[in-house]
Formats: sequence, structure tokens, C-alpha cells
Amino acid sequence: MATTITKTETLVGKRIRRREDPRLITGTATYVEDIQLPGMHYAAIVRSPHGAAKIRSIDTKAAAAAPGVAAVFTGKDTEKVGPVPCGASLPDLRVPHHYILAIDRVYFVGHPVAVVVATDRYLARDAADLIEIDYEVLQAVADPEKALAPGAPAVHPEWPDNTAFNYHQEGGDIDKAFAEADVVVKQRITSQRLVPNAMETRGVVAEWRGADRQLNLYTSTQIPHLVRTLVAGMLGLEENRMRVIAPEVGGGFGSKLNVYAEEALMGFVSMKIGKPVKWIESRRENFLTTIHGRGHVDYYEVAAKKDGTILGIKLKIIQDLGAYHQLLTPAIPTLSVLMMPGIYRARNIRADIVGVFTNCVPTDAYRGAGRPEATHGIERMVDILADEIGMDPVEIRRKNFVTNEEFPYPTATGLIYDSGNYAAPLDKAIGIVDYAKVRQEQAEARKQGRLLGVGLSTYGEICAMGPSPATPAGGWESATVKIEPSGKVTVMTGSCHHGQGEETTFAQIAADELGVDIDDILVVRGDTAIVQYGIGTFGSRGTAIGGTALYFALQDLKAKVKVFGAMLLESDDVSFSGGQVICNKTGKTKALAEVAGASYRAMKLPPNTEPGLLATHFWEPPNFTFPFGAHIVLTEVHKDTGNITIRRYIAVDDCGNIINPLIVDGQVHGGVAQGLGQALWEQAVYDDNGQLITGEYMDYTMPRAHMMPWIENDHTITPTNVNPLGVKGVGEAGTIGCSPAVVNSVVDALSHLGVRHIDMPLTPEKIWKLANAGGNN
Amino acid sequence: MFAQTFDYTAPKTLDEAVKLIGGGAKALAGGMSLIPMMKLRLAAPEHLVDLGRIKDLNYIREEGGALHLGATATHYDVESSALVRSKCPLLAETAAAIGDVQVRNMGTLGGSVAHADPSADYPAALQALEAKIVLRGANGDRTVSAADFFVDAFTTSLGEGEIVREVIVPIDSSGASYQKAPQPASGFAMVGIAARVKKAGGKVTEARIGVTGLTNSSFRATAAEKALEGTGGSPADIQKAAALVAQGADANSDIHASADYRKHLAGVYAGRALSAAIGRAS
Amino acid sequence: MKINLTINKKRYSHDVEPRLLLVHYLRETVGLTGTHTGCETSLCGACTVELDGKAVKSCTMFAVQADGANVTTIEGIASDGKLHRVQEAFWNEHGLQCGFCTPGMIMASKQIIDRNGTPSEAEIRHGLEGNLCRCTGYQHIVNAVKAAAAAGR
Repeated sequence: MATTITKTETLVGKRIRRREDPRLITGTATYVEDIQLPGMHYAAIVRSPHGAAKIRSIDTKAAAAAPGVAAVFTGKDTEKVGPVPCGASLPDLRVPHHYILAIDRVYFVGHPVAVVVATDRYLARDAADLIEIDYEVLQAVADPEKALAPGAPAVHPEWPDNTAFNYHQEGGDIDKAFAEADVVVKQRITSQRLVPNAMETRGVVAEWRGADRQLNLYTSTQIPHLVRTLVAGMLGLEENRMRVIAPEVGGGFGSKLNVYAEEALMGFVSMKIGKPVKWIESRRENFLTTIHGRGHVDYYEVAAKKDGTILGIKLKIIQDLGAYHQLLTPAIPTLSVLMMPGIYRARNIRADIVGVFTNCVPTDAYRGAGRPEATHGIERMVDILADEIGMDPVEIRRKNFVTNEEFPYPTATGLIYDSGNYAAPLDKAIGIVDYAKVRQEQAEARKQGRLLGVGLSTYGEICAMGPSPATPAGGWESATVKIEPSGKVTVMTGSCHHGQGEETTFAQIAADELGVDIDDILVVRGDTAIVQYGIGTFGSRGTAIGGTALYFALQDLKAKVKVFGAMLLESDDVSFSGGQVICNKTGKTKALAEVAGASYRAMKLPPNTEPGLLATHFWEPPNFTFPFGAHIVLTEVHKDTGNITIRRYIAVDDCGNIINPLIVDGQVHGGVAQGLGQALWEQAVYDDNGQLITGEYMDYTMPRAHMMPWIENDHTITPTNVNPLGVKGVGEAGTIGCSPAVVNSVVDALSHLGVRHIDMPLTPEKIWKLANAGGNN
Repeated sequence: MFAQTFDYTAPKTLDEAVKLIGGGAKALAGGMSLIPMMKLRLAAPEHLVDLGRIKDLNYIREEGGALHLGATATHYDVESSALVRSKCPLLAETAAAIGDVQVRNMGTLGGSVAHADPSADYPAALQALEAKIVLRGANGDRTVSAADFFVDAFTTSLGEGEIVREVIVPIDSSGASYQKAPQPASGFAMVGIAARVKKAGGKVTEARIGVTGLTNSSFRATAAEKALEGTGGSPADIQKAAALVAQGADANSDIHASADYRKHLAGVYAGRALSAAIGRAS
Repeated sequence: MKINLTINKKRYSHDVEPRLLLVHYLRETVGLTGTHTGCETSLCGACTVELDGKAVKSCTMFAVQADGANVTTIEGIASDGKLHRVQEAFWNEHGLQCGFCTPGMIMASKQIIDRNGTPSEAEIRHGLEGNLCRCTGYQHIVNAVKAAAAAGR
């Protein structure tokens, strides 16, 4: 529970309840769907029911004549709108032209083909049914390995091998490592496609104000400024004539770290009809057309010494890209490569990625984006290696940890790990669970025929995305702090939080730095007309980069406050603390409000000083940050049904300094839920015709309250020196640490039956078969 | 998200409703199945007759040694009714296993029965209870046994113009239990087994086993029933009987459970249901 | 078709199309946008409101079915400027992140403690089966329901 706060305490590090919550718990927050504008029209989008087909003809006459219909547009009308952008670049990357509406061919089920605009949503939907499209259905290919097989249908006819790119990276001397190995373990490990499933689907309201030559675009996004730049470009509109507003955003998890066809399409429609237009994605559309995550088939080989020392890792990733590149699609698996050694001293690596087109919706960033796949891989491989050489999973990890003395530690993949104490969370987790005791319990249970499992992962991850050279659109973040004439403080952040609680954590930082009451601080984000250019919230960057930008802006502003304060106190020796400027000689003080008022009235100005109190800082991080942690999961496998019970879940995470432990715990819980979702339940399954057969909540298993275990979470704290706050980021940690710990635990429960690996999700039927037959799945 | 247009009537009397339905209108009870289908445009009735305002359909009462449950009794009504809990706990237990709180607050017994989803929970219990389903049509009431009522997936012996009026279940001294393997995403029954057992003199004198989720329609596992009757109901007896539940069944198969796995689960859950039922019977 | 109903203790009367869902009626006709829609299949619970004291999914109900009913939405549970104890508990316990599922989650939680003043953790989780949250992992929500129940005792 949150603690109450008193005015004089410092707030950073306190468990205080969130400042954004009053509007959210009273139903008065404004999400995109809540926006009503005079003359609003509503769009319904007609989408391909086929995974691959040619469009022979489209007849829109009946729809155009239907009641309430203002307009119908097809690909012919929107052909000149720029393509949906891919921001990632790789050598020789094949980039298909991604029209906002299909022209003569559709590439996946859900591919938008036409849009109907009417005065009412029900009428738009009615009219959409009247559009007749004559398709010539083609053979689709939905599985990336099948797509690579000779003779597979070509997703894009111009590239019959379905290969978008090949990527290769090496570090150290991999051949030597394998030549010197006592043991080599190999395993194919998949990381299935997942549907991000933010509870608020996507939605767009576009409002063209022709006389002003101004397009207002309300969209549920994590990156309003990037949407503005890119959508303005697609529409051929000057960027300064477009305003993007991300109102309340109901979750993203990476799925709204993107630029979608519908954002440009609604802009196009509003500009054509001269009326505001609203499109709210249905859940079915969300399943079919918002990006998916993961979609890996990985082939691992790990070379080691008999004593467990890891010498080298080979990894081949087959990445299911889907039919197009969305904003970051091809870049995601490269993050897996960066993370492939985990937190282990593996000096030699070789990685190959094949990016494969399939007749599916594109994959892109979903909570963890590339790191969960890599962590799952290395943490599974370490267990497989331990099993092979008969070593305890804890001991093999300790043996290979990068040690505390080695930081900053350069990895074989080209990263520099900032700081770490990898044994600390492991020790803590082992202490919480009493590792020796649970191993003993397991042995005894086995004698009675019960299948208990103990699984762990000691993960590392990449946060604070990221230094600009490593990020397609700039990896910095911005903050502006204004002290208003009354002394009240407004923070404008380029971050775009959507549940992460930055209205609270940023206010905590600002309140401490300025020594003012937290109620005097307002944090504003998500409107390109109000906030200076920013990058957005994703990749666990909000506090580590956005918070740091704020910290530096506050330092600039404090300096200016001191200058004004010194003038008012007629002193050249002042300090600023507790919300007042203090003359160090006389002890006289000037309150912040007084200083602020004077700075705006400007009756008198200090030399070379402008009126007002405002500071903006764009902060470029010198490195990523690298949080880590240890998760331990105790499971029981029920032999009769294949059901898995999570007996205990222990998560010890180290995300550096913590601004608000209540919020950090919430991030871990939510992250673990998504990791468990992948490990046990969730899967986007396409059939051979490219139909998504888990495309509704009826069949796509979401974690629900009654399915979740109690999460015992704790922390160790190893600050980073990458930023002055010492924070690393925690948004994705729970997800990254979770899935391998769960799978390791279940494999452990079945290991005496000869089970060595199980691919996710660990569905009861799969487990039942293994528990009763053994062997690999 | 948006249903097609339709006419809507909310009659106050059963006769009026039957007349409208006789004219081709579709009955709407709790709407838990019908409305999602209409929103997805998988169903598009031209005329809906809302049964929700007919007081004559919303009751749970004891009458002539049996429980009579009106068609619009909600799952929550059934689950929380003191009468049902004491006189026919199997039905209350089954109702409590349906969907979620909100669905149970709106969804109705009659609606579920008439929809005949092959994965619905009630049919298992109604089969095991040898329930009678009273149908009302233009020519008055007719009564059908549960075994005859459930014909196939989404298919019942409801005739043109008929609606489910009430369900009648016996009150007796049997022990019973409903055990279910929920489909993980939707909560529907991948397999659901309702068992009802009478014991006398240390022997199982009567066993009734209703099965849902396994095949296209609910059914009674008569071979398993026979195998148990006359035995002492020991764990071995139960196991033998449970193993017969899915015998010969043309089991459904989907992404959540193959036919083989479903059949296996039917045995496991039958064992659990029978054990609990026998435990409660003595 | 004409409907009359009471929403958050206020009387409303409107002429609506039979196919208008209750959730759209509440949001668009009445202007109470706190109730959200997260799916079409009645499986996410974001649209949960109270109808004559029972939690229901307003996306799986036509407005005409609610004719004559007493509806309470998230906007109607605080009284005299004081938050309902479930709202207060969600705030104190950090039972929400993005907030989109929250109105439905709060209404479902209210149903739990209205029916059972001392729910166990398992009963709370069971009572929330019909509501999806993608942010919190439900743990802080469970804490919130516990705290709200305790506050009512």
C-alpha cells in the first residue's frame, strides 16, 4: 500500500500513490474513443479475408449510396499517399512498398482494402458489408520455415525466396571456441508469435481544419512526435501543420510504438471530406492488424568445457516478419543477437538472422522486443548444458557470471554492460525460496510419483533505448520545465507514458530537485503542439532517459533561479534548497514563488539574463543500461491432465535506483504476467491459408486473475553510472526474466523422464503427452 | 461490434411471445451467446422477442417432488438459490461453473439450453439429472427429456415457433458433482462431466453420467453408468467406469485439445466427478 | 424505440434504435464515457456496469433491454465528492496502470465485496475472471479488493 507523504520529505524512493489515478478511477479520463468533435464522421475499414489474393475488382457503388455514407475510398484513391514507413535499416534490406490501402493484391488476413465513412458507426459498418470485392485467392504461406523451403509460395512475387534480409554478426573466435570444447549442446527453440493486446485497441480521430491548413490527429500512440513527422510525410503535409495528440493511452507494450496505415488513412479521409473522422479498432481488427510480437525459430549451439565454462554460442534466428515491415520490424531480431550471451562470460559468438516474409500481420516490438527471445534462448541453453554435464543450474550460472570487477564489461556482441552484481539477486532469490530445501522436497516427491520442478533464470537485459547511433529515430529524450509566475511548476516531457506512472515519478524527481510540494507540479506529455519534440516511451527508457532529461533541465533551471534569487537577496553567495534561495551570509531567504514572480515581472534583470524561468534539455545517453535479476519458479506438473501449478514465483530484480517502489512492483507484476502468458498460454496461430485461428479472446488465452500465481518480488540495487539518477529501467524485466524460469521449471519436473526441452506455450495437452511418454516435443 | 438492424418486442406474457416467435421472430433471453454473434454479424435475426419481461418465465420453485426452473432464471439465480442448493446442488454447482460473474448475472438457463452449445455446462447436469425440458409452442406445452432435447451442435428438438419454457429436475437423495476442464481462453467446457449416484447398502444402485464438451452434443455415458451400478463404488470401480465414459465417442478436436486428449480428460474428470458424487451419496 | 431508465440516480429518456448497445448508449447518447469497450465477445469486462445491482457487460446488451432499469456506472459510485471505497483502494494499492480496464474492474470488484464482505484471495480472483487487465498482473488489484473489503467492515 502507498504511504502518505509530508511536505518536507524527499520523495524519490517513496511508495507514493499515483497522481494520474483520480481521473482513471472515476471514469473521467479521455481516451481517443472519448473524443467527440462537431460533425464527427466514422470510418469502417473493409479488410482482406484471405491470406494472399489478387484483387480483380472492387464495387463500391452500393456502399456509397447507403444511408449516412459520406465517402468510400479504395487503394486507387490513396495510391499517392506515402507508404507505411519502416524506420529500421539493415544492409540490403528488401522493403516492400506498403500502401495504406491495398492496390491490386492483399498480403495478409486483415489487410485494409477500402474505407467507408458515414455519419454513424453503425451505418458505416452496414455500408462496409455492401462493398463487393472479387478476389482471386492465392496460396498463402504463414510459417517462416515453410516460407524458406524451395517452391514455397512467394509472399511478394518479386522476391520468390521470401527472404527480406540476411544478417551476420561475429565476436571473438567462434571456430576456435567450438574446436576447444569438451561438450557442445544444440537445441531448436521457438518463441511463438504473440498478440500484444493492449486493453485499449488502437484508435484515431483526424480533424482537418482546411482554412488553417492544419491537421489534428488524436491517436493512441507511444510516440506522438514520430507519428507527426512520419504521417505528415506520408500525407505530403508540412510537419508544422500537423498536431498529434496522444490522449490517455490504454496500454501499448510496443504495439503502439509504430506508425500505422490507419493513422495516415484517417488524415487522408478527413482532408478529403473536410470533416473530423473517427476510427476505433475492434478487438478482432486488433488481433489481425496490430503488430504481433516474437515469431522466432532459433537454432542454438553452445560450446563448453566439462567444468561448465561456456566458450562460445552459435545462434541462427529465423524471424517471421509477416508480410511487411512496420516501423522497426527487421531491427527486432538484431536486439536478440546483442543480448545472446546473457550475463555470462561468453567471449565468442556467431549469429545469423534470416528475416522471412510470411502472409501474416507484421511482427515488431512487443514487451521486451528481441530480448525475451534471446534470454529465453540462453537461459534454456544454460540449463540444457547443465543437464548434459550433470551440474546444478545455480552453479553453472555462478561459474559463468561476469564478475563485479569486470564492469564496465564489453560483450562479444559489441555492448558495454554498465554495472552489475549478478550473484546478488540470485543469492537473494535462493534465500527466499530455500533452494536446498526445495531440491530435497523435489527428490522426495519424485519417489512418490509427483512431478515437482524448480526452475530459474538469471537474466540480463538492455534498457534505456538508447543511444542515438543505435536507434533509428534518435535515442535521446527531452524535457522542459517551466516555473510559472506563481511558482507552480509545469514539466513537459517528450516521453509519452501510457500507464508507467511518469506523472508521478517525474513529479517526485522535480519536487525533490526544486524542494517544492508535489502538488505544485504538473507533468504534461503527448501533445506535439505543447511539448517540445520528443521520442516517446518504449524500451524501458521513460525514466532512465526521459527522467534524466528532466533532471538536467531542472539543474539548468535551478541555476537560473539562483541567479534571480541572488539578485533579489543582493548577494553573490546563495544556495537553493527546500524551495527557497538562501543567502549563505545572512541566512535571508526568497521563496521560489517570489523569485519566479520577479523573473517574469522583470522590473530588474540580472546581467546577461533573460526574463522568465524555463529550461529545456535534450539528453543524449552515452550508453544503454543493463538491468538484471533472478527469477525462481516452483511448479508441479499434474500427470493425469498435464496441468501445471505454479507453487511459488520469486522475482528478484535489479533495475538500479528506484524512484517509486510501488510503481516498480507493478511493472514487475505486469511483466511477469506477460511472461507467464507466453510460457503457458498465449499463441497467435495461423493456419496454412494464413487464417489467424486464435484471433479472438475465445481462443487466444489471456492471463486472467484466477490463473496468476502470487508473485513474491524483491530487489537488489546496483545503480548505473550512465545517468545521474542511477536508474536502469524496469518495464520489460518481468517479462524477460519469466518465461525461461517457467519452462526451466517444467522441464526440470520432467527431466527424469528424458525431457530436455519444451517449446512454449506449455499447453496441458503437450505436457500430458510428455509426462506420460517422456522425450522431447 | 455493430449488429444489423432488427425489430424488437418485449412482451409481458408468454402467449404473446409465443405468438411472435410463431411468426418467425427470434427469442432473446440473456443474450450471452446471441448478442456476440449478432455483433460479429454471424447472426442477423430480423425480429427479436425479449423474454426478459415475462414474469411467468422467471421462477425457481418446488412442485410435486421436483424443481421447476423458469427459462429466464439466470445462472446466478440458480447458483445462489437456497432451494436449488439444498434440493439439487448439482445444478447450482454447474451454474457456478459457467462463464464469469457478469455472464452468470445475465445468462439464463433457458437461453443456454436452447442455444445448445456443445461446450456449454448445463447439458451435462441436465443429462445426469434426467431433466425434463418443457417447451411452449402455439399448441401449448410439450415435455422432452434432456436426452432427446440435445440433438447436435447448436441443434435441439425445439420445433418451429417453440421456446423453452422451463426445466424440471428431480429432487432425490443422490450424491452428485460437476467437474470441468475449462477451455483456457473462453472458460467453456473442453470436457465437463456431471455425475449423480445413489447408494444403498454399500452398493451403487443408480449412476447417471452426463457429458458435455467431448462431442457435438451432450450425452449420457450409459456404458460407464452400467459398469458402476452394482459395485461398491471403490476407487477401482470408479476408474473402470470412468474409462468407459469416452468409449466410442466421436470426440471434437481443436487447438486446445485433440480428440484423444479430450477423451482422456473425459476419463479423468469422470473419475473426479464420480468420486465426489459417491462421497456425497453416502 | 423509447426507453426510460435511471442512470447514476438520474432519470433519462431517449428514443433509440433497438440495435444500439447499452455501452454505446451510455457513452454516446448519455455522454458517460467512463465505461469502455475492449472486445466484441463479452470476454474482457471493460464495459462492466451495474444493472439493478448486478454487474453486467454493457457491450453484450441492447439499450432497449435496460428500459426501466437502474444503471450504475463508474461515474456514479462516488458520492458527495467522496470516492467509493473500491476506488480509494485501487488508488492506494496501485491497482491500475493504463487505466483502461479500470472502470470495469472497479465495478466487478464492487460486486465481489457487495456479495461477500470477507472474500479470500481465491474468491477475489474467481470474481475477477470476467475482467482482463494487461498491465498489472492482477496482484495489486487483488490487494485493492482486499483493502476495499476491509474498509467496509
